[in-house]
Amino acid sequence: MSARTVLHQADIARALTRISHEILESNRGSASLVVLGIPTRGATLARRIGGILAGIDPELGSDTVGTLDVTMYRDDLSRNPLRASSPTQLPAGGIDGKTVVLVDDVLYSGRTIRAALDALSDLGRPRAVRLAVLVDRGHRELPIRADFVGKNLPTSSDERIYVRLDEVDGEEFVSVASGEDAHGAHGAPGAPGTPGTHGAPTPGSGARP
Amino acid sequence: MRHLLSTRNLSRDDAVRILDIAEDMADVATREVKKLPTLRGRTVVNLFFEDSTRTRISFEAAAKRLSADVINFSAKGSSVSKGESLKDTAQTLEAMGADGVVVRHPSSGAPQTLAQSGWIDAGIVNAGDGTHEHPTQALLDAFTIRRRMHGSAARGRDLDGVSVVIVGDILHSRVARSNVWLLTTLGASVTLVAPPTLFPVGMGTWPADVRYDLDAAIDDVRPDVVMMLRIQAERMRAAFFPNSREYARVWGLDDARTARLAPGSIVMHPGPMNRGLEISAAAADSTRSTVREQVANGVSVRMAVLYLLLAGGGEV
Repeated sequence: MSARTVLHQADIARALTRISHEILESNRGSASLVVLGIPTRGATLARRIGGILAGIDPELGSDTVGTLDVTMYRDDLSRNPLRASSPTQLPAGGIDGKTVVLVDDVLYSGRTIRAALDALSDLGRPRAVRLAVLVDRGHRELPIRADFVGKNLPTSSDERIYVRLDEVDGEEFVSVASGEDAHGAHGAPGAPGTPGTHGAPTPGSGARP
Repeated sequence: MRHLLSTRNLSRDDAVRILDIAEDMADVATREVKKLPTLRGRTVVNLFFEDSTRTRISFEAAAKRLSADVINFSAKGSSVSKGESLKDTAQTLEAMGADGVVVRHPSSGAPQTLAQSGWIDAGIVNAGDGTHEHPTQALLDAFTIRRRMHGSAARGRDLDGVSVVIVGDILHSRVARSNVWLLTTLGASVTLVAPPTLFPVGMGTWPADVRYDLDAAIDDVRPDVVMMLRIQAERMRAAFFPNSREYARVWGLDDARTARLAPGSIVMHPGPMNRGLEISAAAADSTRSTVREQVANGVSVRMAVLYLLLAGGGEV
């Protein structure tokens, strides 16, 4: 059984547009809004959402999108091969008193978001924190829930989700592969353990959130 | 990375990766909460068999910013023979549960012995061993050069095309050795300038030009970076130059030489400085001088190294 594409480019674009409208609706406009993406692909999605928000609401400030690196806050550092960190870039206005929308590509165990919440609290005190994800695949290990979801994708935990975005990968889709195919993907782009792959633990390396 | 003992075996990708992580660590210093939880529950031992102020407190600050527990172990004055004392100390630290050991030792190769002997399971960082290497100093120098050259666009860059002149006590300088390997790995060209008495033997294999005339080197090389080394009087047991006034006149970076440097070039010194000997006060305090940046960057670079050695569960 080969990898099954669940979202094509147009589906991703529609999902992001809908998420953007929902963000504005729940925030009652664009006042005090900050969109922070979690590298790598969450940061790309955050920039796209920022662009869509600016198109919908011209009153949105120009400096509302940033990135939030959570590498140093992870609880699985000692269980996995080491990751290089990415820059954290906040909008000039900071996050104090703002409504921060965290953006990630896949919501799985919830541990990345837990790390992001810790990182945020070291950077300031937002008025509220919301979570937007392109795909929610279930299997939460922490009491965390997304406010804005592109697609709910019920999966089995030995399946693997591949998110590919044009700016990062030169191609764009979201696909699901079964556990066996995922193991067959070793060495290929998106092999288990590389960023952008969200799936079953590689044997011996512990669970990757 | 399991240990950091030398810059000689670092690849260009490894080195750029360390510098990039150090950039992210430097951002932490600008935040309100200057602390990361990354090494919570890990113990770092600063094992210093030799005097040091800035390197030890730099490592201490780096470890504390990553939430590690720090134990400072000053072994100065130990009269036990070197092999035995190092072994006993290592086994003591092992029993205390050290995850990382930052070691400075007057004998070249002591950190390597710790890393390879099996006495201790911790990650070893060489913080200066004899006249051998001082890898974190070279990394912070490379970081400082890269930041001055490329500013906020420094991430991912190497030092291709940068010309560096290192002047002074090459013979006793572990800083010079680590910098020769690291800077050339990163693509810079290195010229060493010193009196003939302060060059070691067997430099033929070093990837660096050797010159004896500082004025000629400044005019011919047109260096982007001039790095002045400290005259290590405490290691000198012979007359290497007639007197300090002559050294300062011929090989010191005085005001006239500083004025002849190309615009935009920088002056570095690993500290502590002998003002008036290898560097004039005006040169040390000029806008070209990166001395204080080097100290600040040292913390960021050492955070990156401790992160790479102690946070992970395996190789990338």
